[in-house]
Amino acid sequence: MERLHFSFEGGTRRAGKGPRIVGVVASGNLEVLIEPRPEVSACTIDVNTAAVGFGTTWEAVLRDFFERHPLSHVQISINDAGATPAIVALRLDQAVEALE
Amino acid sequence: MNAPVVPSRIWNKRAQARERRLARVAARLGPKLRGRIAPSDAVVALLEEAIEAGDRVCLEGNNQKQADFLALGLTRVDPARIHDLHMVQSVLALPEHLDLYERGIASRLDFSFSGPQAARLAQLAGAGKLNIGAIHTYLELFARYFVDLTPNVALVAAQAADRQGNLYTGPNTEDTPVIAEATAFASGIVIAQVNELVESLPRIDIPADWVNFVVESPRPHYIEPLFTRDPAQISEIQVLMAMMAIKGIYAEYGVDRLNHGIGFDTAAIELLLPTYAESLGLRGRICRHWALNPHPTLIPAIEAGFVESVHCFGSELGMEEYIRARPDVFFTGPDGSMRSNRAFCQTAGHYACDMFIGSTLQIDLAGNSSTATLGRISGFGGAPNMGADARGRRHPTDAWLRAGREAASDATSAPRGRKLVVQMVETFREHMQPAFVERLDAWQLAESAGMALPPVMIYGDDVTHIVTEEGIAYLLLCRTAQEREQAIRGVAGYTPVGRARDRRAVAELRARGVIRRAADLGIDHRSASRDLLAARSIKDLVRASNGLYDPPRRFRNW
Repeated sequence: MERLHFSFEGGTRRAGKGPRIVGVVASGNLEVLIEPRPEVSACTIDVNTAAVGFGTTWEAVLRDFFERHPLSHVQISINDAGATPAIVALRLDQAVEALE
Repeated sequence: MNAPVVPSRIWNKRAQARERRLARVAARLGPKLRGRIAPSDAVVALLEEAIEAGDRVCLEGNNQKQADFLALGLTRVDPARIHDLHMVQSVLALPEHLDLYERGIASRLDFSFSGPQAARLAQLAGAGKLNIGAIHTYLELFARYFVDLTPNVALVAAQAADRQGNLYTGPNTEDTPVIAEATAFASGIVIAQVNELVESLPRIDIPADWVNFVVESPRPHYIEPLFTRDPAQISEIQVLMAMMAIKGIYAEYGVDRLNHGIGFDTAAIELLLPTYAESLGLRGRICRHWALNPHPTLIPAIEAGFVESVHCFGSELGMEEYIRARPDVFFTGPDGSMRSNRAFCQTAGHYACDMFIGSTLQIDLAGNSSTATLGRISGFGGAPNMGADARGRRHPTDAWLRAGREAASDATSAPRGRKLVVQMVETFREHMQPAFVERLDAWQLAESAGMALPPVMIYGDDVTHIVTEEGIAYLLLCRTAQEREQAIRGVAGYTPVGRARDRRAVAELRARGVIRRAADLGIDHRSASRDLLAARSIKDLVRASNGLYDPPRRFRNW
């Protein structure tokens, strides 16, 4: 397991109210939790991943996500059970859609 | 003037050799041989008398059906008598196929595909116990059976034989006709193992006068269900890629005659035809005619009226009764069962289909693709016959002409058509293995095994499109090697190859429509849901077939 932490500043969209869980942890799948975090302006993302050594790949995936969805005051937690970047990006986009 | 004296030449040495072998078998088996029928306990004796050292022997190992009893018998002949055989066979699937080399019975091999034996084959070749002539595509190997690899002896498998020696090969006819014809008409010996001897056959697939000996096998020949994909394992990313392929390629070009490779990517497309493609109004406009094995995942599209005809390379376990009930769609005999034929279906896939779409393991920056990995000599099978532009083709269709126009770099040159050759891959495979690489493993494999050619499955200059979850690269619209490279990087996602893209060049290609994202095709990627699949489990497929599809036990979880 590897734990990664990312923080993106300058987001312009505040997340809504309750926490959101999208996806299920299963083979090749993952869990995404989005929670409002009024006390911090950044979009912070914590990743728990089964695959070790893919920090730069995660950063690229999450940076592109933040470009698509410049969120603020939000904490995103990702539990990854070996999902591919494509699944990660899709789940994140679906989670944001559920916020809206 | 007297004519020069020419020593009289013997013109029927092969026929004489056949008579010699037949006489030897008759002498050794004696009363055990009844006409053409030999008992199973005489199989080793039969093979020892029919085969001679140094012979070229075709052992029927198909993609699915295996002449396994004859293969086992061949491993038990006396290597002091029978040695240095040159084996020609399309598929090495069984351990016995390689035991021949360890026992010193065979020494040379020409083949197409080695699937499950790929690692051991590489070891034996590396140890010098086996000399590989060449790795072929199916059609290419069959062609050589009639030119310079004609068998002296063929060992084939059939479902049943009658007392005269006529053979019924049933749905899994596969390679048997081409092997039997090449051998029988070159004065070779054809030996068939059959599951049963019967008084009268449902139909005759191979006539008795092409067959020299029939052996009843103590157990039915082995068949592998290779083409069953459980819809439960199809991912949302595969659904997304299937939606893009349908809208961006099938609908765009009006692809009506096609072949699908094996895999979950193309299974997803098959299962989206009655749902997503139907919603786009595409029924009757795409996917009517197929060169394809009877994929269970095609059942919903057949039932929905998408599919008009399917000609098959082989069959698939469990599909027999469904096929029998759909004779307008499948090629069936007067007895009702299907007749497959790998040689004809490969020809159909090469010349009469406008598109091939399939998955691969690695794609390089020129679009070359390969399923070869280090330490495994896996071969090609039939994909290169489908996934290659048919330069001998002359009949036009709209899809073929449009692809030809798009690929033409010079508007003044003669009009040409072009086959659509589509590679479909998720950018990362399992365990985060990137599907896009700077250099194919095939090159290193060729160097380490001393091959003259790297085992490239589909050549980059034949590939017209690459579909990934990031979008479609319309490679046939590229005009330079640089454009092509950036078009490939531009759909390579977060792989190292994808992240090394020139972002400005990729943006320009997207503006020109050389790269199209899901959004560019009017697809919201978030809508990619398994709910779109016409069947989400094997049980759904059984239901869609009205109970006619009978899946093998391993696919039943209820």
